[in-house]
Amino acid sequence: MILAAAPASPADAWLERAPVLLRDALTGWLPDALRPWVAALLSIATILGVFGLLFAYMTLAERKILGRIQNRPGPNRTGPFGLLQPFADAIKALTKEDIVPRAADQVLHFLAPVVLVALSLIGLAVIPFGRNLVAVEMEASVLYFFAAGAATELAIFMAGWASRNKYSLLAAMRALAQLISYEVPLLLSVVPVIVVAGSLSTTDIVAAQGGWAAGLWPHWHALTPWGFSAFAVFMVAALAESNRSPFDLPEAESELIAGHLTEYSGFKYALFFMAEYLGMAALSAMAVTLFLGGWQAPLAVLEFIPSYAWFGVKLLLLLLGFIWIRATFPRLRIDQLTRLSWKFLVPLALVNLINGGVWAATADWTGAAAVVRWFISALGVVVPFIFLARSLSAGYGPRTYRYASP
Amino acid sequence: MTLLLAVLALVCLVPAVAAVLVRNLIHSALLFVLAWLGLAVFYLAVGAEFIAFAHALVYVGGVSMVVLFAVLLTRPGRVDPLPPPSTQRAIGGVAAVALVASMLGSSIFWTRLPSMEPIPMVSLRRLGELLAGPYLVALLLVGLILTVALIGGLLLAAPRRPSEGGDA
Repeated sequence: MILAAAPASPADAWLERAPVLLRDALTGWLPDALRPWVAALLSIATILGVFGLLFAYMTLAERKILGRIQNRPGPNRTGPFGLLQPFADAIKALTKEDIVPRAADQVLHFLAPVVLVALSLIGLAVIPFGRNLVAVEMEASVLYFFAAGAATELAIFMAGWASRNKYSLLAAMRALAQLISYEVPLLLSVVPVIVVAGSLSTTDIVAAQGGWAAGLWPHWHALTPWGFSAFAVFMVAALAESNRSPFDLPEAESELIAGHLTEYSGFKYALFFMAEYLGMAALSAMAVTLFLGGWQAPLAVLEFIPSYAWFGVKLLLLLLGFIWIRATFPRLRIDQLTRLSWKFLVPLALVNLINGGVWAATADWTGAAAVVRWFISALGVVVPFIFLARSLSAGYGPRTYRYASP
Repeated sequence: MTLLLAVLALVCLVPAVAAVLVRNLIHSALLFVLAWLGLAVFYLAVGAEFIAFAHALVYVGGVSMVVLFAVLLTRPGRVDPLPPPSTQRAIGGVAAVALVASMLGSSIFWTRLPSMEPIPMVSLRRLGELLAGPYLVALLLVGLILTVALIGGLLLAAPRRPSEGGDA
């Protein structure tokens, strides 16, 4: 493991090197033995600060956008355009009473939000936020990310079970069923990326997506047929993993009060909220890294804009997509949820694994053969999709509306 | 390094022992998760990065969920009160402990440790090449066995159709 020791190359623009220069200015006067430790602390503080603020303003953006989509203004009383709303919310959460039910399992009830936030945060350590901007560099960082994220549902289970409340327990069961179902397509959709890039390291995967075909078409994985399919499966599974609408069955406020959050109040409730947004941000950051070229600019002429800005733009676009989906889709039933995963996403991801393998094996095809390669890959996405969709929707004819027919 | 290993051993062993001793099944399952996590950190400490993360992913993320699900789905049986303490049970306990201790002790004390020559670091790429090359057949066989076990489990758990009759 190396702690972000990459030196800034002088060829890059000044803005590009700014974060590394700042770190060197802050740690340069320290003795050599202390320097990596302080640098590590600095990167932790930066991640906490940036993603803490992102969380605060994501909640505001979500409320504003949901409001606009539902034809109402959203929060607009605190500060200009409601910009101080997150801080008002934080003060409210901090000053509220922390109620623990007498029957609750005291230790687990306390541990659940803490574990959840910690697990949601540690995945961010291996995301390359820009050129040379990765907190921890290691050989198997993709595996580390998913190992860290896999345990988050465990914390939700702890919260639901420790509350000693039937709604919370139901939420815990749902969270487990959801995790068991969606962890499989999530990981399967990542495997072809690893096969094609030939590495488990996030920095190598971003580097493999550099460059442009014919000077225009970026080599991002999402812009190849197999990659697009994997990206779609990944995003659906990520939506389910982060318990967001339309997969928010554990919370399901119209059925289960608030699910595992029912018996939480005050700051612990806020921690759950924070973990949800952090987990969403971490999975989106991973999606950007794996499929959308990480910090690479979409066009060569746009490379003067620093890499971390490109990363931020892509991340924000994905997060806005999450909000848009929340405002658009109704919640799934639990049987629909598991069926979608096992009968549709898992077979699709398995076929795509072969597709990715073929793509990796034909990497040296050029000219007319490259067109054939694209055609084969596109066929490997479209044919299974149509076949699966048709066989799964067989018997569900077009719906007739009794009273609302035109 | 020795101190680190000792702490890690404690992190693994204390939850493992506690998991066996507590009466609450959910607590013992969660304690097992802690022990598994300790093992993953141990792998990390000895430089086996890949095994560490794979272990955490499979055990902490997967197996723990299945265990918890199984605990939640099974109906709690009537609580068996412990039989009253007796000389016979005490003797049985002492004998069991002595047997296990002698077996473990003999293997611990009489195993010759390999000389401390530096272990070659195997890179992840090399590991992958080994798994996809010389060990491919073994890997596929393991996958086959697991698939057979999965199908067997499904067959055992699946409800019988009424036309088949039988005792279900």
